[in-house]
Amino acid sequence: MPETEPSKPSIFDIVTQNYVWRSIFRHGYADTPRNRVLQVSANVWLHLHPSKMRRHGIRYRHTWCAGGLTFLLYLCTVVTGVVLMFYYRPTGEYAYWDVKYLDFDVPFGMIMRNMHRWSAHGMVIFIWLHMFRVFMTGSYKPPREFNWVVGVNLLTLTLLLSFTGYLLPWDQLAIWAVTVGTNMARATPLLGNEGPFGPQLGMTPRYDARALLTAGTVVGSPTLLRFYVLHCIFIPLIASILMILHFWRIRKDGGISGPL
Amino acid sequence: MAENINPATIQDQEEVKVTAGRARANIPLADLPDKVHTWPYLVRAEFISGCVLLLVLMVWSITVDAPMEEPANPTKTPNPSKAPWYFLGLQEMLVYFDPWIAGVLLPSLIIVGLMVIPYVDINPKGNGYYTFHERKFAITTFLVGFLVLWVGMITIGVFFRGPGWNLFMPWDYWDPHKVVPLANIDLPYIVGIRSEMGAMLFGAVLVIGWLAGIPGLFWQWKKDSPAMRELGLLRYGIVSNLFMVMAGVVVKMALRLMFNIKYILVIPNILNI
Repeated sequence: MPETEPSKPSIFDIVTQNYVWRSIFRHGYADTPRNRVLQVSANVWLHLHPSKMRRHGIRYRHTWCAGGLTFLLYLCTVVTGVVLMFYYRPTGEYAYWDVKYLDFDVPFGMIMRNMHRWSAHGMVIFIWLHMFRVFMTGSYKPPREFNWVVGVNLLTLTLLLSFTGYLLPWDQLAIWAVTVGTNMARATPLLGNEGPFGPQLGMTPRYDARALLTAGTVVGSPTLLRFYVLHCIFIPLIASILMILHFWRIRKDGGISGPL
Repeated sequence: MAENINPATIQDQEEVKVTAGRARANIPLADLPDKVHTWPYLVRAEFISGCVLLLVLMVWSITVDAPMEEPANPTKTPNPSKAPWYFLGLQEMLVYFDPWIAGVLLPSLIIVGLMVIPYVDINPKGNGYYTFHERKFAITTFLVGFLVLWVGMITIGVFFRGPGWNLFMPWDYWDPHKVVPLANIDLPYIVGIRSEMGAMLFGAVLVIGWLAGIPGLFWQWKKDSPAMRELGLLRYGIVSNLFMVMAGVVVKMALRLMFNIKYILVIPNILNI
């Protein structure tokens, strides 16, 4: 092709060189250092990352991607959980049958429920792997002490999220697992009716730490509602706030940990 | 990509010549500069690992259904009733300790103990890279806690506990009528102490000696070493107590499983350890 002849724009150019496209993506895609930086800093999702980072941090064997995958699994449970909420009523008379309806009649209902459950279990496993990795690389050491504390809180909240969700199918597995779990609260010192000094402080089966958790003396319909609200609103809200803090602190504490 | 784009719209034409295709070329990590662009190097790794995870999750969800049993029935208690698998380590503790210790005190100590780690581990080495020989104590303690006490206890709870919370091998028939002799006796009784007061004193000496005496003696012995001076009494107290509690759990489990010892310290209606 002679150099003087203007080249015809390709379909790629037509799509990416128009006014609308350029209003959304303010930088080009050409592989230039400037665009590489903008690709991260001009993107609301990616700008959690620094635009440049220390090279050992991109190795799989340094991070195992465990923290990021924990967050991805959390997003999976949020998306599938919202779908499940459209079909689920948290009362003793409906809950079980709504789940059955989801499993057998709702299009893609079963796979939504499966994905919700397995990603929740995956989240528990990956958050442990993440903690394990962070400990093994000593990444909790200064200046990241406080972010480790936030992480331990997130671990606790993840377990509580999973535990509150365990009750919602309202089957035998659910109520008895939650009965075993909440029974421990009976024995809380001072605040449980069977705990040390609990009875002396006026704790009764109807009025103690366990009754606060189960909204009654047994795991029943009021417990279901209570766990539902904790599971769908309260704990995700707190966990999201802590996640924002956790991710922000990674940047503020100097990004990915590495040899000093 | 670069050759597809109208050069007139490219901001950094000079840089294109320098860098085009570098991300795709398989440059060894060691030849990269110390700081690399997050795009594409990190984003690519995250994208691939995320895709693999989602793929596994999809296949798993298509092939394995979430459990669903009979409708909830408060009048029909299954035997065994198991907590969710990630809490079975705590449920397993109920075998060895009273409920308020197993269900409230120890979980709280686990959470608090994990949170204080960065504040009591003052070893500056091993910050941001894998090493064992620069932090032997920290890593050994964590591995015992994580693998033996956490993962190990969950494994026992999931695979080895059957009706009546008795021990079964995974291939055993879960006999709900399995007869297990209640042969557990308290340690003071085994060593021949018959009076209640004597048993209490004996148990208290052992427990206080374990939690305070041994750490105290160790402090007396080592307090002038440079490491201990740097650690300080407060940090040493926290670390040694958490460590002895953790070790105590292991010792108590071993005593129960090997010698059928029920309690070490018995103060009726108040405190049994």
